Amino acid sequence: MKPEQTTLLQGTLDMLILKSLLAGEMHGLGVSRRIQQLTQGTFSVKPGSLFPALHRMEEEGWISAFWGDSENNRRAKYYRLTKAGRKQLEAETEKWGRISWAIAQALEA
Amino acid sequence: MPLLTKARSFLRNLFSTRRVEKDLDQEIHSHLELLIEENIRAGMSPGEAARAAQIELGGAEQVKEQVREARLGNWLYSVLSDARYSLRVLRKSPGFTIVAVLTLALAIGANSVVFGVLNAMILRPLNLPREQSLYGIERVGQDDPVQSYPDYLDLRDRNQSFESLAAYRITEAGLATGESASRIFLLEVSGNYFDTLGIQPYLGRFFHASDERGPNSAPYIVLSYAFWHTRFQGDCSVVDRTVQINKHPFTVIGVAPSEFHGTLLFASPDLFLPMVNEEQIEGRNVLAARNIPWIYLALGHLKAGVTPAQAISDLNSIGSYLEKTYPKEYNQVRFSLSRPSLYDESLGSRVEAFLTGLMLLAGLILLAASANLGGLFAARAADRSREVALRLALGAKRGRILRTLFTEALLISLAGGALGLWGSVVLLHGLSAWQPLPRYPISVPVNPDANVYAVALVLALVSGLLFGVVPVRQVLRTDPYQIIKAGSTGTLGRRVTLRDLLLVVQIAICAVLVTSSIVAIRGLVRSLNSNFGFEPRNAMIVSADLGMAGYNGDKLLEMQKRMVEAMQTTPGVESVGLIDWAPLISGAYADSDVFTGETADLRPSNAAAVSFLFRISPEYFHAAHTAVLSGRTFTWHDDKAATRVAVVNREFASKIFRSPAKAIGGFFKIQDGSRIQVVGIVEDGKYKGITEDPRPAMFVPILQSPSRETILVVRSSLDPLQLTAAIRNTLRDLDRGLPSYIETWSKELDNFAFFPSHVATISLGVLGVMGAMLAVTGIFGMAAYSVSKRLKELGIRVAIGARPKEVLQAALGRAVKLLAFGSAAGLLLGILASRVLAFIVYSATPRDPLVLGGVVLAMALVGLLATWIPAQRALSIDPAILLREE
Repeated sequence: MKPEQTTLLQGTLDMLILKSLLAGEMHGLGVSRRIQQLTQGTFSVKPGSLFPALHRMEEEGWISAFWGDSENNRRAKYYRLTKAGRKQLEAETEKWGRISWAIAQALEA
Repeated sequence: MPLLTKARSFLRNLFSTRRVEKDLDQEIHSHLELLIEENIRAGMSPGEAARAAQIELGGAEQVKEQVREARLGNWLYSVLSDARYSLRVLRKSPGFTIVAVLTLALAIGANSVVFGVLNAMILRPLNLPREQSLYGIERVGQDDPVQSYPDYLDLRDRNQSFESLAAYRITEAGLATGESASRIFLLEVSGNYFDTLGIQPYLGRFFHASDERGPNSAPYIVLSYAFWHTRFQGDCSVVDRTVQINKHPFTVIGVAPSEFHGTLLFASPDLFLPMVNEEQIEGRNVLAARNIPWIYLALGHLKAGVTPAQAISDLNSIGSYLEKTYPKEYNQVRFSLSRPSLYDESLGSRVEAFLTGLMLLAGLILLAASANLGGLFAARAADRSREVALRLALGAKRGRILRTLFTEALLISLAGGALGLWGSVVLLHGLSAWQPLPRYPISVPVNPDANVYAVALVLALVSGLLFGVVPVRQVLRTDPYQIIKAGSTGTLGRRVTLRDLLLVVQIAICAVLVTSSIVAIRGLVRSLNSNFGFEPRNAMIVSADLGMAGYNGDKLLEMQKRMVEAMQTTPGVESVGLIDWAPLISGAYADSDVFTGETADLRPSNAAAVSFLFRISPEYFHAAHTAVLSGRTFTWHDDKAATRVAVVNREFASKIFRSPAKAIGGFFKIQDGSRIQVVGIVEDGKYKGITEDPRPAMFVPILQSPSRETILVVRSSLDPLQLTAAIRNTLRDLDRGLPSYIETWSKELDNFAFFPSHVATISLGVLGVMGAMLAVTGIFGMAAYSVSKRLKELGIRVAIGARPKEVLQAALGRAVKLLAFGSAAGLLLGILASRVLAFIVYSATPRDPLVLGGVVLAMALVGLLATWIPAQRALSIDPAILLREE
């Protein structure tokens, strides 16, 4: 992933993380793989962007964190969506829809 | 809800740093392990898996740092961690830290003390409502801002510019609630005084204009809050009580609010009393006398929209009216406006000029201190260039390094500021509680307020930024590769640098301060030994208030005569004289227009001179050791029945009679038309202030011109304490209830005449010492730095045979050159500045070989002190050891 893409994705990273967590609680690597999967490999999120975003969103109250055990009984930090996070996802999805529609319109015109 | 979450995270980030960090560390660690696991599952060998995982993670520390930067409250956290780091660094060099903090504490302390005084005196003087529109009225061309009562009434009733015009004067009286009277200070005020100023009583009521119905019609007093507490223990039932003032009954009607101390900044009166009752206080009725000015000041608020210039032209039109209506009394009547808090404009502007000058000096000192610290910081940054380079090489951002440097500077400046502020607050409180004149309620109320704290804080921050900014360029230019490779033996610049310039400025400032303090001290010493026209040593001043004790008319004269006689028979007393206002130690003086003996039209414009007027007993000149140049002095036979006679000083004789020889036996006239014959001539003296030019003075016998003011000059070589007790006994035998005050004449001179020069000398001395200390640290810093930077070069010089003198020249030549240059510049400036001093300090002149020599000596000492240690270090260089080390 080129650095330009990261900056382009700045606003959408939050949305993608929230979307991933909609499927259930997961740890950082899980979120990263889930985004890869959701975007069919278009985006891979580096830890350097992922963790700051996770921590910031936790502070915003959109997600909450807890320590749990992974499939292989390894301790890992898990994140889950909060009520505020769900609301935020709805808002962002709606906004994104409008923006992408507008941009698509603009590009087709 | 989200706000609460945020607040919780913010607090957690700040206060449970360790837990948050551990959590983050574990999370990154587990992320790495999960990655490795994933890679192994994908079929890699454990080694390969770990490597690939590391690559994908991309540096655990970097990820952590990115997370930290995203955290809430990150800026505050990083500021705190910078502060912690800087504290650690500073603790490692305690010498540097202590010198820096103390330097700043001194400089900021000096600034906040001077600002505190300036603030109290000039910026918020009286704490009255709407003070900016409050003005006092002064007659142009008069020494004192005094008016007669009828003048005041005309000004009050005819002006269009003031909302209302109040008047006051300060005086003393005896107050008795029971048997014996005690001395109090009071303001005699016009009835509209409190209403004009717009203040409300704390207790009871104030008197108003409507209470004035002619002489002695308003026997009311208002107590000051402090006096109510000390004398009446804050008793609320004091209202409506009757007390005796100079043996006349007055009713207490109210208490003024605690923050109101009258309209004169230096003096806090005990009570306020209507001016129409003047006769009961002073024993004379001058309410109708147009030619006796006795009211200190008329003051009031300008009406909205009236400018000071308009008010002055309005007042001057009243002046023209007065000239036309009373041509005999007035010559030219012009008015000016003044700030009312500092007595009059001439004092006010002098105080302001002096304080502004001091403020400027203090500012310069702070600037010098900042320059100094800037130099020290730059030197430190250079010494630490290896550390900086290492940090840069390890990936620290330059901004971050600069921030730690600034944090260090700010920490030092805040510590210095806090210390300096603490010192200045202590000093200002001490100054406020100080009563320089034990006899009068004079104080300097300069308690610090929020302004002072704010100024100290701003000064601390600004100076911190100032000296913090000096090493910035150095850090920005640091090339880690070059420095680590070559070591920090950067070449010392040969050209004139900003740092050199700062040092020269600083030395110049120091030299200015040293010059002016030496000039001030020389002036003071000279004035202590100069001739005042009397001899203050071995003489006591006994002032007795006969008015308070109820003496009047013939009883007064008889009592005065008895006092002189009784003193003369006191053992150990050589001679005794009586005078109404003793020269140089009284706040008030009588003067009079003097006309030549032939003048018929006695209007002021025809006066030949204005002369001081002293009323004395026959033995005064003998007791005061005033030299009689020719003619005779008085006897007790120069009484009402005899020809009116006077003894005049030489200046009077030459002004009125052209020459002293013609004066004896000649006649002159005074305002009331009396012809007075000159019978003797005495030497000139100083009468009102030690810096005054020779002025005419006349002395008349107390028998021909009675006065209630009674000051005895008692000459004796006895020990003052012993003498005081003897005098007190004698007075008690004469009248038990007579309020009196006894002090040596020299002490009184210190209190009055020398007071301003003492203040000026002390403050300049303190500033001078501070300036010298700063110059020493500045030069020391520079010299020590240059020696340590050039150790290698100096070692080589020694190795190839340089002699100690040459080594010193190489090591310190630059510092000495700067010192010489700065001193010369400062000396020149100081000589210019001393002209200002001449207004305050008697015969302050910089054209004095002792001053020049003193300055050169002082600066040489400063230089020696500052370069001693670096010179020792340069001389003790052992090339063998040095070259082996490098």
